Amino acid sequence: MSGADDDRPVDPVTGYQTTGHNWNGIIELNTPMSRIAVWALVLAFLYSVVAWILLPAWPTGNHYTRGLLGLDQGAEAVDGYRQIHDARQGWMARFDDPDFAALAGDPAVMAEAGPAATRLFHDNCAACHGDDGGGGPGFPVLSDGYWMWGGDPATIAETIRVGINGTDPDTRISEMPRFDWMSREERAILADYVAGLPAQSADPGSPAAQLFADNCATCHGDTAAGGLDNGAPSLADASVIYGQDAETVNTTLWAGRHGTMPSWSGRLTPAEINLLALHVLRLSQGRATP
Amino acid sequence: MLILHYNLEKVSMALVVAIIGVASIGGIVEIAPLFTIDETVKVPEDLRPLTPLELAGREIYIREGCYACHSQMIRSLADEIDRYGPYSLAGESAYDHPMLWGSKRTGPDLARVGGKYSDYWHVAHLINPRNVVSASIMPSYPWLLRPLDTGKLPAELATLARLGVPYSEVMLTAAASDAMAQSRPDSDGATEVQDRYGAGVAVRDFDGNVEKVSEMDAVVAYLQSLGTQTRAALQTLEEE
Repeated sequence: MSGADDDRPVDPVTGYQTTGHNWNGIIELNTPMSRIAVWALVLAFLYSVVAWILLPAWPTGNHYTRGLLGLDQGAEAVDGYRQIHDARQGWMARFDDPDFAALAGDPAVMAEAGPAATRLFHDNCAACHGDDGGGGPGFPVLSDGYWMWGGDPATIAETIRVGINGTDPDTRISEMPRFDWMSREERAILADYVAGLPAQSADPGSPAAQLFADNCATCHGDTAAGGLDNGAPSLADASVIYGQDAETVNTTLWAGRHGTMPSWSGRLTPAEINLLALHVLRLSQGRATP
Repeated sequence: MLILHYNLEKVSMALVVAIIGVASIGGIVEIAPLFTIDETVKVPEDLRPLTPLELAGREIYIREGCYACHSQMIRSLADEIDRYGPYSLAGESAYDHPMLWGSKRTGPDLARVGGKYSDYWHVAHLINPRNVVSASIMPSYPWLLRPLDTGKLPAELATLARLGVPYSEVMLTAAASDAMAQSRPDSDGATEVQDRYGAGVAVRDFDGNVEKVSEMDAVVAYLQSLGTQTRAALQTLEEE
């Protein structure tokens, strides 16, 4: 180290000064810190000073030094998000107020929108309805062309927007009420009757048929075929999402059902909802990639 | 400067004092901003504290280690906003002690999951995730159907109140009964829960069994509350 105590002995081999300590004949070199490390330190300090000046750095009581560049990570992220949004507008804008028939018949638009629709469906819908729209226990199948609230694209879009028993003020409301006031026997024969409907093994002259006509037909239709677009499914074709064996029907009669589809109006844009409606329709027609 | 250091090394006590001095800079830089946290982190005016049932759900969320795989912080990155919604603000978790931001995502972020799925889905998913999402690697939590223990809730609310969460005296005393009432929409106390915690609070039977208030009720109520306690974050995405 230049300028340090010069009375320390110098090692004749390396030319470095020694520390002056002597352990039984072993002496320690006073090797200077390597230049590259010194320069790295100096540059790091210089950078930190530059960074303090350019970037947000120091807290100042109720705020912080903004830095000359005025960077704000939150604003940058929002800008980036808007760029993503604008980049999609080229084709997405056509879904703002769509003519569904024209869109579905335009292969160019659907080639661009298809992958985006699949991604949206996977992110938002697939958790309940399945990746391919195949539904699940308690969740409707979307790929079978059977609709409880109507299956034209504008109606599907409306269902997505307001949800079913959701939080939107215009939400679709549907409830299978509890028939816990019926006697156990009445529920049992009614459950058997409903379970037999798809196979047409139910006896139309039985007391259960009378119970059905009095309590169930209003929503499910006189022939139990549903189709009233009120959320009540057909009981004649085994499409009930909770299952139609006698035991499940008995549970449904006793406890009721209050299926919920969230309202998507706050989470997705109108264009995204319209795009999803078209995607769902194409799933049921076997024309969309799941 | 190097000579100064050379001489400093020869006076051991001075070297110790200098080391402490330099090392404390790192500490000061980390700690000093916390003294002004009340000024720098704005608590949104419409932020509501968790209801007792939601708080119980949060405790179960912590007990089951959900935070190990799920973050509750949407980072300020464009594609995170695109997928999850507006990025998380510090003030949104002002009433969380401890916060559950996390950084590891084996599962998706949950900061705004409230209202995204139905209660029915959450119950089916927690009992066995494979029932609804075939490729899921999340563990099953079937034991959540056991009854909820509300005994500790008044003390938990009182603890949070001391940490600055605005729980009133009435909220503390009614904690256990509010927890039961929130999942019994037809009970006498149901409207009181909304009177105390706001009309936006979901009062319904979450687990599909109105007779029993289960841990499932609490967890689902908590999950459905995530991201709904304030609308402050939405303003970051509003057009100027």
